[in-house]
Amino acid sequence: MPFDEMLTADSLPRTPYKGYFNWHSEQKTSDLIKKSRDAETIFRKTGITFAVYGKEDSSERLIPFDIVPRIISGSEWRKLAQGIEQRVMALNAFLDDIYHKQEIIKAGRVPRALIEKNDAFLPEMIGMRPPGGVYTHIIGTDIVRTGEGQFYVLEDNARTPSGVSYMLENRETMMQMFPELFHLNKVRPVENYPKLLRQSLAAVAPPGCKGKPRIAVLTPGIFNSAFYEHAYLADQMGVELVEGSDLRVIDGKVAMRTTRGYQAIDVLYRRVDDDYLDPLSFRPDSTLGVPGIMDVYRAGNITIANAPGTGIADDKAIYSYMPEIVEFYTGQKPILENVPTYRCSEADTLQYVLDNLAELVVKEVHGSGGYGMLVGPAASKRERTEFAAKLKAKPGNYIAQPTLSLSTVPILVKKGLAPRHVDLRPFVLVSNKIQIIPGGLTRVALKEGSLVVNSSQGGGTKDTWVLED
Amino acid sequence: MLGRTANGLFWMFRYIERAENTARLIDAGLRMSLTRMHGHEEEWESVLRSSGVYSAYCETNPEVTSADAVNYLLRDKSNPSSILCAIEAARNNGRMVRTALTREAWEATNECYLDIKAQLARKPSSADMPGIIDNIKQRTGLIRGAFHGTMLRNELYNFSRIGTFIERADNTSRILDVKYYVLLPAVSYVGSSLDNVQWESILRSVSAHRSYGWVYDDDYKPSNIADFLILNGRMPRSLAYCYDKINANLSYLEREYGARESCHETAAATLGMLREREIQSIMDTGLHEFLQGFISQNSRVAAEISEAYRFYQD
Repeated sequence: MPFDEMLTADSLPRTPYKGYFNWHSEQKTSDLIKKSRDAETIFRKTGITFAVYGKEDSSERLIPFDIVPRIISGSEWRKLAQGIEQRVMALNAFLDDIYHKQEIIKAGRVPRALIEKNDAFLPEMIGMRPPGGVYTHIIGTDIVRTGEGQFYVLEDNARTPSGVSYMLENRETMMQMFPELFHLNKVRPVENYPKLLRQSLAAVAPPGCKGKPRIAVLTPGIFNSAFYEHAYLADQMGVELVEGSDLRVIDGKVAMRTTRGYQAIDVLYRRVDDDYLDPLSFRPDSTLGVPGIMDVYRAGNITIANAPGTGIADDKAIYSYMPEIVEFYTGQKPILENVPTYRCSEADTLQYVLDNLAELVVKEVHGSGGYGMLVGPAASKRERTEFAAKLKAKPGNYIAQPTLSLSTVPILVKKGLAPRHVDLRPFVLVSNKIQIIPGGLTRVALKEGSLVVNSSQGGGTKDTWVLED
Repeated sequence: MLGRTANGLFWMFRYIERAENTARLIDAGLRMSLTRMHGHEEEWESVLRSSGVYSAYCETNPEVTSADAVNYLLRDKSNPSSILCAIEAARNNGRMVRTALTREAWEATNECYLDIKAQLARKPSSADMPGIIDNIKQRTGLIRGAFHGTMLRNELYNFSRIGTFIERADNTSRILDVKYYVLLPAVSYVGSSLDNVQWESILRSVSAHRSYGWVYDDDYKPSNIADFLILNGRMPRSLAYCYDKINANLSYLEREYGARESCHETAAATLGMLREREIQSIMDTGLHEFLQGFISQNSRVAAEISEAYRFYQD
């Protein structure tokens, strides 16, 4: 039996859920189902949609929202937050080291080839120290739970984590629909995130920036799956939402084309991948970026958040070294555990993975969004055989992990509550300090028994409460 | 504000205006079909011409029929000016400039798109048409209402308004130009029932068949109709009214930016001309030539605005 976060084996509510559970017992399921439809209407009206890549009908879809909140106690959160902070410090220290002295390689803790042969490693960043010394400014650490106090970090998402707009809209919707719940429970606020993000970005403006730094969000455009979020964040922060075609390098600064002429930008929160950022340095065919922005960056005249080349820190192959990385830079044992990870690039390990495919989850090192992964226990024999062939052809492309028994939180179904597996993505801001927003995005697998929570694979989301206790 | 944002607002409102105007054209066309006068297929040809899509229509349709013309104007994906495409383009522009719109203005646009897309998912029957046309007018009206009720009167507002009136002026002048011959004294028999229907159709295309009677005599008179649609400053779809609004919004921009551009000169000259001309002299010197001249002048204003305010990368 997986661990259920709301109910014990005797179907009694656990402490953080007591207030909610009592309230819920007094509600009629049919009323709640109606509310849940109202929520969908709100989302559709607002246009909180995402595009699913590779589908025939590439129209926008809603991410299903479940109205039962996911609740975390204050004490559980404190442990999580400490662990995340430690990890984020280590990630930034690791990036600084990798692009400078490479002590961790010299110390033999991380193999050189793994770094230097990695596509996410950018030689352009060698010797480059971003303003404020921060590489990864916005992080979304994926966390899963298997039991009481048992948390694991699944992924670090240090390049361009998305989903924070869902965290904010989910809370907004819950407060609109169930104001009484927020009187009954002391829920820590998340709605100041855009303000904190703006302050955090302003705090890492280039040292030469005089006065109030000018900030912009760079989006690939309206056809990007996360465009809604880009527009939402720019709007909430009160900054411009720019596309590559709006930007140009003028007099050593990156400037945006306004109706009054070109205006320099100090901090660019970019939601465009490294590859597309600068056609002069990376993919020459990119029209999403800004020709020459890397020169401006290297000259210290713009802050790019997150810094180019941060992908080397959240690469799935590097992930397995995170316990060593945390210890190397912080001098402490990691507070949060890693999921045991098998590196298929190692011959013995590959054999083990192939022999135990039915019990393992195998992921592409560079994959994301739940694409190109195999969930062994859920896969058919044929799927496993096919996957084994891919694995043997390019073992270095894969890692494997034991199938964790992810915790469940109930969702609302016609018959009432039914447990479904969840994960958690808290959001972290790094500038001259590290701030962890108390809450995050809870993703939930809506299909009974499914372990895949990705929105592109039929997952939904929940409002996530961290209680003040 | 970004040049691209100004451009996005400008086009968002042009497309909303276009969708609304096309709905009016279809409405007028359907009305003509109901009169069962001979030659009502010709009416669809002139509706297609007014919408500027006649030759594109003929490439994919063997003949002009009421059903095909309505479908083409309403929901054909290959017609960028069809109501469905125009509303989608308005909404995509709105999405692009989401940060410049109020929540109300954006949601009205988004809902308009979702609703009309669902309604036009299948080819409608003629019985559905009145409901569809009403819905399009209502939905676009809601966008306008939300926009007027909530948007700050700043440059964002000015670019949106300019888009609306450039498009409207273009539409009104094209409607007149397609039908100019029925307004010419030489070929019209005053009082013949065919002409009455034709004239009423022009007025219906700009939703002015009722207000005409408030301003002029009850009888339709070609020069009055032309005067109403071209020179009457109180008629909200007339060329004079559109240029009054374009100039007012450009003046705000001039003050705000502290700079007068070539678009200001061209727009002011156009308005001056509309204020000075008499309808009789326009009719005498050639209505068609006048309208052709106006249409190109109007495009020139739009191009000069997009250049002055850096709508595009240079």
